[in-house]
Amino acid sequence: MRLLRAGITLAGFLLIWGLITAILGLPKFLLPSPLIVAEALLTHASLIADNAMTTAIEILVGLILGVLFGMVSALLISAYRPVKQWVFPLLIASQAIPVFAIAPLLVLWLGYGMAPKIVMSLLIIYFPVTVGFLDGLNRTEPVWLNLAGLLQQSGRTGRFRKLVNLYLYIKIPFALPSLASGIRVAAAIAPIGAVVGEWVGASSGLGYLMLHANARVQTDLMFASLLVLTAMALLIYYLIDALLLRALPWLSTHNNNTTQ
Amino acid sequence: MEPDNPTYSDAAESMPDVLHDQGEAGIGVDLSLDELVFDGDTILSDLNLELEPGKITCLLGPSGVGKSSILKILAGFIPLPGNSRVTTSDGKSLEGRLSYMDQKDLLLPWASVFDNLLIGNRLRGEIPDRVRADRLIKQVGLEKWRDSRPDTLSGGMRQRVALARTLMEGSSILLMDEPFSALDAITKFRLQGLAARLLTEKTVLLITHDPMEALRLGDVIYVLAGHPARLSEAIRPEKDIPRDPADDAFSQHYSAIMTRLAGETEDAS
Repeated sequence: MRLLRAGITLAGFLLIWGLITAILGLPKFLLPSPLIVAEALLTHASLIADNAMTTAIEILVGLILGVLFGMVSALLISAYRPVKQWVFPLLIASQAIPVFAIAPLLVLWLGYGMAPKIVMSLLIIYFPVTVGFLDGLNRTEPVWLNLAGLLQQSGRTGRFRKLVNLYLYIKIPFALPSLASGIRVAAAIAPIGAVVGEWVGASSGLGYLMLHANARVQTDLMFASLLVLTAMALLIYYLIDALLLRALPWLSTHNNNTTQ
Repeated sequence: MEPDNPTYSDAAESMPDVLHDQGEAGIGVDLSLDELVFDGDTILSDLNLELEPGKITCLLGPSGVGKSSILKILAGFIPLPGNSRVTTSDGKSLEGRLSYMDQKDLLLPWASVFDNLLIGNRLRGEIPDRVRADRLIKQVGLEKWRDSRPDTLSGGMRQRVALARTLMEGSSILLMDEPFSALDAITKFRLQGLAARLLTEKTVLLITHDPMEALRLGDVIYVLAGHPARLSEAIRPEKDIPRDPADDAFSQHYSAIMTRLAGETEDAS
């Protein structure tokens, strides 16, 4: 049902696009019709696929690293007050710097390969993941903390071990839904980082391909790349969404539980 | 509908080895509270509550009178106010010897019934006592649901899991804050019967606003009413728990307690 609806929306969109180009008679370097774009997609299939592969790797590696760094940061900030007091303001301030502004610097430092694009994705992703997870960790309900504290009172283990166990069995599981929201946002914006990185300086990738197609007025190729990029971003988002839902099965039945 | 296992109420009798926790049996606890103030409002003053060893002490009172505050002070959730004291019959501190059960089941939503019972072990970094967990699950009649998540259980079943988790700790002192108040009448009645059997030899403080529950489970009953709230003298109904509401003495105590509660509420309003 959901797929059908998406299909109808897509078909409607293509139809309106096609009609606009037909009625206005726009030249194909301004707005190519869907048919011309489809043709470009087919003739340049292997070129687009090669470049899409580069961008996909950049996005995925950026996502994985960003999520990892974000989680570790959130845990440290939540568990150690000094880290929170000293590092958290820095983290907020870092978000005031637009990624576009540091993209040339990253290329200067890390070269024209994948590294600066991965770092770029990572920088964009890091913040929503950290803040999402941290929010979840700080919001464990007090009744739970009270109960856990009481349960730990009779234990013989040291304070550090108890803290680790508290995070492992109570705080982290309770924070997983917030982390999942953070990761969803991250998955949606990760492609921005990679593409911006490619615009500034690259030798392959969809962003690079689009920039060059644009310079050579190959508008059809540009649109074809844009379509692939969009499809890829959507695929990554829904894949991660499905993975997260599977990983947190108790949430789906949580709300419709009214039996007494 | 309550997907209850109808035979669970007989589970404890049919068990050859009802759990008997080794070590300290029956610790008496005495709380003497000078004054408890919230936002400039004196809720409790000059109160002395004694929990007799191995007995269920019920604290009965209307909502908002400060019953839960007393329990939270004993549990350490609220710091002990100045000039107040908690003493125990063996002179040792309460720390590490308390278990707590809330009105909400407080089960981990992602963990099975079995894993919910092991949370104490895990939090303390001990080797999980799986045998004991399985025995308790059997005693509350939930063998079939051992590996189910809480969201697939009814409210009554979840509260039975919570009771089992509370008993899992093997503490000699149990603090129960309106443990059955969110349940329907029938489920509540059955759970009280189950609790009465499983709580023998424990020193229990049971907070409730339901006179029926107090009379069914309380060895000693105190009524807490007024503003600032005061404790009544101890009511000690005859007969062993769980008491039968059809009993004559039961209804006499019931009407006496109701009169008392109603009178105090009128005074306050």
